[in-house]
Amino acid sequence: MLIPGNAEGGLLRLQAPISLWGGVDPGSGVVIDPRHPDHGASITGTVLAMPGAIGSSSSSAIMLELLREGTAPAAVLMAHSDAILALGVVVSIELGYPACPVLEVELSALDGVPEGALLRITSEGQVLRL
Amino acid sequence: MTLHLTTEDQALLAGDHGEAVSLAMRILVSAAELLSAQALIRVTSAHIDGCLYHGDGGVEFAEKLVAAGGQVAVPTTLNVGALDLLHPDTVRADPLKAAMARRQMDAYVSMGAEPTFTCAPYQIGHEPGLGEQVAWGESNAIAFANSVLGARTERYGDFLDACCALTGRAPLHGLHIEQNRQAKVVVDATNVPDALKDQDVFYPVLGTWLGLEVGREVSVIVGLPSKVTRDQLKALGASAASTGAVALFHVVGVTPEAPSLDAVMSKGGSVRRITLTADMVRRALRRLTTADAVERIDAVAVGSPHFSITEFEALLNLVRGRCMAVPFYACTARATLRELEERGDLLALHEAGIKIVADTCVVVTPILRESGGVLMTNSGKFAHYGPSKTGYEVVYGSLEDCVESAVTGLVARTEEIWSW
Repeated sequence: MLIPGNAEGGLLRLQAPISLWGGVDPGSGVVIDPRHPDHGASITGTVLAMPGAIGSSSSSAIMLELLREGTAPAAVLMAHSDAILALGVVVSIELGYPACPVLEVELSALDGVPEGALLRITSEGQVLRL
Repeated sequence: MTLHLTTEDQALLAGDHGEAVSLAMRILVSAAELLSAQALIRVTSAHIDGCLYHGDGGVEFAEKLVAAGGQVAVPTTLNVGALDLLHPDTVRADPLKAAMARRQMDAYVSMGAEPTFTCAPYQIGHEPGLGEQVAWGESNAIAFANSVLGARTERYGDFLDACCALTGRAPLHGLHIEQNRQAKVVVDATNVPDALKDQDVFYPVLGTWLGLEVGREVSVIVGLPSKVTRDQLKALGASAASTGAVALFHVVGVTPEAPSLDAVMSKGGSVRRITLTADMVRRALRRLTTADAVERIDAVAVGSPHFSITEFEALLNLVRGRCMAVPFYACTARATLRELEERGDLLALHEAGIKIVADTCVVVTPILRESGGVLMTNSGKFAHYGPSKTGYEVVYGSLEDCVESAVTGLVARTEEIWSW
């Protein structure tokens, strides 16, 4: 558990790793990289399952802007811990803006859960299907 | 596994060195905990990515540190900002955003960071040595510092880079630790023809493939020529750090930690071996171009990472006495621009119609004409981020291809070297 917290949202499984900078527009929460398989999807309010965080070290700043703008995911589930993304949440908390839980989870644990299924993240780090 | 703080670390955290250091330590300790680091280490330099404006949160953070009396504790360089402070007309920013972008750049300078405003501090005299512990942001600079210089940094994002600079510390984890620098993937490039490996145009393609293939793993490449240049390694790393999370790659016989394959191969655990084929290379090459069928281009951009003096020499040789039919942007550091000026090279570049962009670049801020269109580049990083960050379609080619295309406005690409 990187950043603890409670959250609920529909599952959005990204089909490829993403760089938030250059990958997601912080104003709209939409995936803007035309080469990304989820191009056009909105990450806002989702439980975002990420196979990996790649690319720009500015992704911390994009995470902060997503949280400030209200366009952030409800929670992020990551296959590998990534300080760049989670740091954006740490700084958001420090500046008095919203946070979202970030969990390191084995994404295969979500196998069989349909896309969009409503999930609850508990402050103990559990991922429950509603 | 808990984080152990020294008495001195605790004093910094408690505010003995001021409120800004205390805030920076709080964030640093949070980061160290989420990375499961057991201690903080001292670093000798920092490169701050966080002076680029993405929204008002970044300005608020930087100004909060300034207001709390923040000053860098180690020599610190700055990455690109969202403005070209030397050529104020270059960026088409809305005045409110431009003012915020300026405040963000100024905030870091007022904390004592050097106003380098470049993504390639390593080519303007900031070169940490082999084994030196540093805290660098900016994905290409991280890859270069680790791989080509043999310095040790993790992938530090915005905010954490500044916290490392203000405290002179970083979480002891990842690539700061010797054993984590061993390669888990061996890439054999022996089969690639030497004629291709001698060309600059090969390296962004190799990097694009590498990032997609290895993701976050440390790799080692065998079979590259020992004369591979710094600019080529820079291009390789920048592309690999765009399509992947590559922070370190070794090249046997070239990079400082890889005198031999044995020296960098992982001793425990499994090692994956991949032989680079023509098909892999061509697929990566195709990925770099999104506008395959076009004949005309609307602009050319080079210099991601920022153009070096040697790259400018090559450009100058190609453009001297010629005239570009489309806007041709060369992005670089203000220090490199100064050197061009001192060499007397600026006039010939200007006469050929080369627009020099300093302190920033065309994918991080609005510089290209709003009309959109097709951008040609020799940079794997521009080709990767161009479509999402500028709205332009991209065509990838060599520097020579870029110049020939810019002179006529029609795509000219040398294709033969890719057939093997």
